[in-house]
Amino acid sequence: MIWDIDFVKRLQHAGSRFELEISFQSDVQRLVLFGPSGAGKTQTLKVIAGLVRGDRGHVRVANKTLFSSKDGIHLSPQQRRMAYVFQDYALFPHLTVCQNIAFARRSGWINPPRRRVDTAVDRWIETFHLTSVANHYPHQISGGQRQRTAIARALMNEPAALLLDEPFAALDKGLRHRLRDDLARLQRELQIPMLMITHDDDDVGALADAVVNVHAGRIVPASDACAPTGA
Amino acid sequence: MDTAWIALLLTLKVAGWATAINLVLGVGVGYAMVRWRFPARELIDAVLALPMVMPPTVLGYYILVLIGTHGPIGAWLLRQFGVRMIFTWQAAVVAATIVSFPLVFKSARAAFETVEPQLEDAARLLGVGEVGVFFRVSLPLAWHGVLAGLLLAFARALGEFGATLMVAGSIAGKTQTLSIAVYEAVQAGQDDTANFLVAVTSIVCVSVLLAAGRLVPGRVAHRQ
Repeated sequence: MIWDIDFVKRLQHAGSRFELEISFQSDVQRLVLFGPSGAGKTQTLKVIAGLVRGDRGHVRVANKTLFSSKDGIHLSPQQRRMAYVFQDYALFPHLTVCQNIAFARRSGWINPPRRRVDTAVDRWIETFHLTSVANHYPHQISGGQRQRTAIARALMNEPAALLLDEPFAALDKGLRHRLRDDLARLQRELQIPMLMITHDDDDVGALADAVVNVHAGRIVPASDACAPTGA
Repeated sequence: MDTAWIALLLTLKVAGWATAINLVLGVGVGYAMVRWRFPARELIDAVLALPMVMPPTVLGYYILVLIGTHGPIGAWLLRQFGVRMIFTWQAAVVAATIVSFPLVFKSARAAFETVEPQLEDAARLLGVGEVGVFFRVSLPLAWHGVLAGLLLAFARALGEFGATLMVAGSIAGKTQTLSIAVYEAVQAGQDDTANFLVAVTSIVCVSVLLAAGRLVPGRVAHRQ
């Protein structure tokens, strides 16, 4: 089983209580979490990545247990090796594109150097067509380049799965089309499990083998609107 | 004019040590206050900022009570190591550190507040441990605010008078810092010495402010 998620998490949001009760199993590589904003999709992704700890239940990805309240397992985000792409990319503003991508190559206290010495990083920069902006800072590059930098950075160290939080939300429509195709091709080449949050039907059509519908913190049966192909 | 140079060197030594100690203390406490949520946080924040508003003589008195030979820390140091803190340059360092601490702590806290927690999460997800997250993401992003606080603290430590006089006294060549030497010279009617000391102090202060102006914007240049 690739995705085996079943957890409960009580959240406190601006005074109001909110209970997230998420449970789904799926054996497809490309899964989409679909639902309106405020439904708890981002929190679900954070629980899977280990940034937020579930109250009880389990999280297993590609047959590896990342969290299990019964067995007292709670791996740190560092141990889970999930590639995570934030909605606004969360690129490090004080580091160049090259340093951002090389970030995970160093585990110590010091950031990778600005000089490009790591050939593996260089190859990766080329793969993502970022060579011309490798020494630029994130605020100096376009939205599409930022998104590619974020994905390249997340995928640098052979992660176990790719988690994306509305990766196309910050881009205009024309660009969205192209990057959607790029992402689909990349996923095919790497054969990496991918879980993506979206509330855009076109994303579902292009990038989902199956859809999980989230509404008000619960998984709901698929509606006709987003045409699931059996989760 | 030897006394002036000795006083200047001593002042720089005391202010330098105080700033170095505050780099560790102020930045550490400032970061902890931003990232750890605990109930008495705001109360502790207020207590730590007290040296900024308290009269230096009151602070000096508190320090005296603590590190004097009958005080809890002073008595312990005397018993364990045979060290007498009071009326030494180290006591001046303690006074300067406490007086300038809120400047570093407040600037560091404000600077760390501006660092998006999401960037720290991004670093964790890339496999970097908590110490790495601090040194590679939080500190570089907060650095210009921290640096501004450190320079203000250094300037404040240079001019420290009240608390220093109470705990370190005014021993020429040993604990007499510039600002105390100026006071002594004026009291003794030595106008030439006073003029020279005042000129030296002014030059040092202007240099520090110029350095602050040069250093700080450079750090902001490549931020979003």
